[in-house]
Amino acid sequence: MGVDQAPPPGLVGPPSEDPAHLLVRANEPRVGVGIVTGTLDRVVDWARRSSLWPATFGLACCAIEMMAAGAPRFDLARFGMEVFRASPRQSDLMIVAGRVSQKMAPVLRQIYDQMPDPKWVISMGACASCGGVFNNYALIQGVDQIVPVDMYVPGCPPRPEMLIDGILRLHDKILAGQYRERLARA
Amino acid sequence: MPDETTDKRVLTEFEERSQGAFIEEDEPTDARMTINMGPQHPSTHGVLRLVLELEGEIVRDVRPVIGYLHTGMEKECEDCTWRQAVTIVTRMDYLAPFFNELVYSLATEKLLGIEIPPRGQAIRILMTELNRISSHLVWMATQGMDMGAVSMMTYGFRERELLIDFFEMTTGLRMNHNYIMPGGVWQDLPDGWRTAVEDFLSIFPERMGEYEELLTGNPIWRQRTQGVAVINQEQALALSASGPTLRACGLAWDIRKAFPYSGIEQYDFDIPTRTEGDVFARYAVRLDEMRQSMRIVRQVLDTLPEGDYKNMDPKIAPPPRAELTRSMEAVIHHFKLVTQGYAVPPGDAYVSVESPRGELGAYVVSNGETLPYRVHVRDPSFANLQSLPTMMCDTLVADTVAAIASVDPVLGGVDR
Amino acid sequence: MDTTSQPPQIGDPSTRTGQTVAAVVARFPGVVTERPSPPGEAVVSVDAAHWAEVARWLHGEGGFKFLSDLCGVDWPHRRPRFDVVCTLTDLSTPARIRVVVGVDGEPPAAPSVTGIWPGANWFEREAYDMFGIVFQGHPDLTRILMPDEWEGHPLRKDYSVGKVPVEYKHLSPGH
Repeated sequence: MGVDQAPPPGLVGPPSEDPAHLLVRANEPRVGVGIVTGTLDRVVDWARRSSLWPATFGLACCAIEMMAAGAPRFDLARFGMEVFRASPRQSDLMIVAGRVSQKMAPVLRQIYDQMPDPKWVISMGACASCGGVFNNYALIQGVDQIVPVDMYVPGCPPRPEMLIDGILRLHDKILAGQYRERLARA
Repeated sequence: MPDETTDKRVLTEFEERSQGAFIEEDEPTDARMTINMGPQHPSTHGVLRLVLELEGEIVRDVRPVIGYLHTGMEKECEDCTWRQAVTIVTRMDYLAPFFNELVYSLATEKLLGIEIPPRGQAIRILMTELNRISSHLVWMATQGMDMGAVSMMTYGFRERELLIDFFEMTTGLRMNHNYIMPGGVWQDLPDGWRTAVEDFLSIFPERMGEYEELLTGNPIWRQRTQGVAVINQEQALALSASGPTLRACGLAWDIRKAFPYSGIEQYDFDIPTRTEGDVFARYAVRLDEMRQSMRIVRQVLDTLPEGDYKNMDPKIAPPPRAELTRSMEAVIHHFKLVTQGYAVPPGDAYVSVESPRGELGAYVVSNGETLPYRVHVRDPSFANLQSLPTMMCDTLVADTVAAIASVDPVLGGVDR
Repeated sequence: MDTTSQPPQIGDPSTRTGQTVAAVVARFPGVVTERPSPPGEAVVSVDAAHWAEVARWLHGEGGFKFLSDLCGVDWPHRRPRFDVVCTLTDLSTPARIRVVVGVDGEPPAAPSVTGIWPGANWFEREAYDMFGIVFQGHPDLTRILMPDEWEGHPLRKDYSVGKVPVEYKHLSPGH
C-alpha cells in the first residue's frame, strides 16, 4: 500500500478515492487550521499506521492465530508489525488476543495504562469482544469493559487473514485521524 | 526545585526512619531479591506468572501463580448438553484440541456404553496423531525463539500451516475443531484427504532434517540445553509429571501403550525415552515422538477401514438430512437431539489419553440427565508445572526461559 | 476403551485392578467398599476419617505410586455433601484405581495426601478453591484459579454460573 494511493475503502460510509476528503475529515474538529498543518498531520498519521508496534498480549487460542499471522505464511511484517514489543512502553497497539479472566483484568488495565499515547486496542476474537462462548463468572464479558477498543475482530479464533483485515481497517482509521478527538479529550 | 540542603534533610529523615529495617537477621548470605515474571511476558508461554526469589543470579525459589486464564469451563460444561460440551472442552488445551475432544468423548461413551465403528476410531487416531505433530511444532517454534533461534519460529509455523490446512479441510476450522464427539466423528473425511496427508508425510521428514541441522548438533544449543533444568525420575513421578517430561527421565510410560484407546494398539510405534532429564532430553524425546506419530499416520493411511464414521444409533446420532424429508421418526429424533440432547445413564468414568504434554484425563459424572453433572479434565500441564520449582531451583536465572519452554505448558489447560 | 472384544490376559489392567480392589477391601473391611463402575474400572469408597491410612496403604503395598487426578464433586442433596475423587495409577503393571472420599462438615474437611503424593498439591488447592474443601495438613492451601480475594466457591451447585443477560437490539429498518 503506497503512500500515493488512496487507502482501501473499508470504513463505514462510502468509499473514498480522494485523499483530500480524508484530510478534511481529519481537520473537522479544529477551527481555522491551514493546509500545511493538515498535511503534516497526514504524514504523521501515515507514519503511525505504517509501523504500529503491537505489545505481546496473547492470552489464549487467539494468541496462536496471532502468532500465525506473524509467521511466514500471513506475514504481518509486510505491514510493519512483526516486532511484537515485550515492553508496553515501546508499543502503540495492544491486540487483546484471547479471553480475559477476572484475575487478568487488572493486569490488562495496567499494561494499557503503561502504553504511551497515541495507542490503539484491537479486541481479537469473540472472547475479547464480548465474552464469546463463555458467559460466566470467570470472564470479563468483553475487554471494552476495561479499556477503550478501536477495532473488534470477531471469530473463534479469527483466521490470520481476518486479523490482518482488522489491522488494515485500523490503519485506515489512523490515516483518517479518527483518534484525534479521543486524544484531545484525554 | 529541591536544593542540596533539602535533599540532605530528606535523606537523613529516611535513613533515620529505616534504621534496622533492612537487616535480615536470619539471612546469613546475600540478600534475596524477589522478581515477578509475567503474567504478561513474551516467554512464559501464556499467562503464567512466576515469582522468582533470586540470590544474585541463582534462583532459590520459584512460585508459579496460575489462574490468569481461568474460564470456568468445567462449570460451563454443566450448563451445556453432552454434545455441546465438546465445544467447551476443545478450548482447554488449545494446541491439542482433538485430544481434549477425544478424552471427553471416550469418557462419555463409557457411560453411554456404546461402541465406535473401526473407521471412526481410525479417523480419531489420524487426527490426534497429526495434532501431536502440530502441537510439537508450536513447542519447537517457541522453544527455539525463546532461546534465540528465532528462525525456528518461522520453520515451526510454516510446517504447522500444512497440517492446519488439512484440519480445516476436514473439520472446517483451523483450531478448536469440535470434530471428535461422543459417538464418533462429526463428518467423514473429505475427498482429497489422502493426497493432503501423503503430501505432508513426504515433505515433513526432510524438514525435520532441517531442524536437526539447525539445533541438535549445534554446540550453542547443546550448551544451553544439556544439564539444564534437570529432574530425575523419582521427583517427576512424585510430582505427577507425565509425557515427555517423564519419558526424558528414563521411564517409558505412555498411555497409548498402558491404557490403549480408540484402537491404537493395532499400530506399530515406539516410545522414545532419554535418561538425562534435562532440556535437551525433552527436546530429543519430542522430536522422536513426531517421527513416531508420522509412523502411526502412515499406518492409518494404509489400513483405514471402510464403514461408518460414527455410531449410527438414532438415540445419539442425528439422522442423515435426506431422511428428514421421508421419515417422521427421523424428524422427531433430530428435534430431540438438537433441543434437548441425549441422556447419559448415571455413573462416573475416568479415561485418559496421551496428549502431547502428558496424561490428559477426563472424569465425567452423570446423574441421568441430558446435561453433564460434572466434567473435570485432568490437564497434563497443570501437573507438569508443579515440577518447575524442582527444575529451576539452584540454577541460573538465565536458564529459566529454557526450563519453562521445555515443560511446554499450555495455560488454557492449566487454568480451564 | 472397548474391553469386550479383548480376552482377559495376565497383566490385563482390569484383572490387576480387580485384584487390588479385593485386596484393599479385605485390608480395610467395613471402611472401604467397592462402588459400581463401568467395565474395566475399579472404584472404591472411603470416608474422610480413614482416607489418610488407606492412601498410605495404596501408595505402599498397593503400588499406586502415581497420582493421576484429584478433584471434587458436589452433591448438595446428599450426606456427605462432597466427594473428593482421587485416581491413582500403578505404572508397573498398568493399573488404575479410583477412590471416592466422602467429605462433609462446615467447612468440609479431609486429610491432605501431599505427604504421600507431592503432586496432589495443586489438585487439592483447586478443590479448595472451587468447592471450599479444606485439606488438613496441606502446606499452602490458598486459592489457585480465582483471585485471592474472591468470595465463594464457583463449582458448588448453589453458586450460579454467572450468566450476564445479553441484550438483542432491534436493527433499524433497511439495515
